[in-house]
Amino acid sequence: MRLRSLQIILWIAATAAVITFLAVRWWPATDDTATADSAFMPTFALADSEGRMRTTAEFRGKFLLVFFGFTSCPDVCPTTLSEVAQVMDDLGSAAGSVQPIFISIDPERDRRLGLDDYTKAFHPAILALAGSEEDTKSAAASFKIFYEQEADTSSPDGYTMAHSPSLYLIGPDGEWLRQFTYGTSAAEIVSDLLTRL
Amino acid sequence: MKHFLLATTLIFSAPAAMACETVTIGDLTVEHAWSKATIGAGRPGVFYVEIKNSGTTDDALVGITTPAAGMPMLHETVVQDGIASMPHAMSVPVPAGQSVQLAPGGYHGMLMELTTALKEGDSFPVTLSFEKSGEVTVNVDVLSLRAEGPDCADAGQ
Repeated sequence: MRLRSLQIILWIAATAAVITFLAVRWWPATDDTATADSAFMPTFALADSEGRMRTTAEFRGKFLLVFFGFTSCPDVCPTTLSEVAQVMDDLGSAAGSVQPIFISIDPERDRRLGLDDYTKAFHPAILALAGSEEDTKSAAASFKIFYEQEADTSSPDGYTMAHSPSLYLIGPDGEWLRQFTYGTSAAEIVSDLLTRL
Repeated sequence: MKHFLLATTLIFSAPAAMACETVTIGDLTVEHAWSKATIGAGRPGVFYVEIKNSGTTDDALVGITTPAAGMPMLHETVVQDGIASMPHAMSVPVPAGQSVQLAPGGYHGMLMELTTALKEGDSFPVTLSFEKSGEVTVNVDVLSLRAEGPDCADAGQ
């Protein structure tokens, strides 16, 4: 009889453990996805071309159009920069509410080549940031983007960068709003932005 | 005099329209060769072009050379699983009866070690080497940094 009640207690304990495990395993996960849109607040703290530290906090109140790239990239990055420049032109008087930010994932070389000349040639509104390796890694991790240096003898200096080419839209309170995948037209981005401004 | 003026105008406006000129070699038609202005010469330039193969034999673009760059190479932009990378392309297939484009977001020539910065309105020659058809030289128009392609009436853009 004692054995039997011990068995019952053990069964209850085991069932409770399973329920607890499942609850822990699944509930927070569903919660996360349900609140991710409003709770995800990616941040950066990176130096601009003059060495001043710029952080996400100083841009509260503005929409941020953030993208990662490197200036020795001849195809993808100029295409994205051109799109962003076109977006800024097409926003007209609403452009003041949007801050486009180019974050270098190749900061050492980009600082050497001159960062500001490059992005400003596309559009003067684009703010270029190139932090330390460490700060760049933190920013990328915070935005959940991937980048990696790849050895490549057919590229300048023997390496190229693989990276997430999307544009990320951050809201005036610092919250993640959406991404525009590579190739999204300036017109589409503008019409999305105009619904929010 | 009128004709002289017209001719002069045509000559001076020719560079802007060069990207719209067509060069042929064997069954291949090469047109819409263009590039983008660069900021300085420290970063690579880019080369885009359209190649049509009206023959019955597959061909391939296997290399490019130009006096404008010390190390011109063929690359391909590949976006896979949300990551963009740019592998070196050993060759760009030009199948029989088909057209291929070296265009933004795909195959492109990467012009490394530029001899000078590329300025909008400039043009420079690029020699394309094909596996079967041999070599052909096209004049490449340097368009603005933000250009999406040459403005030709028949451009496949």
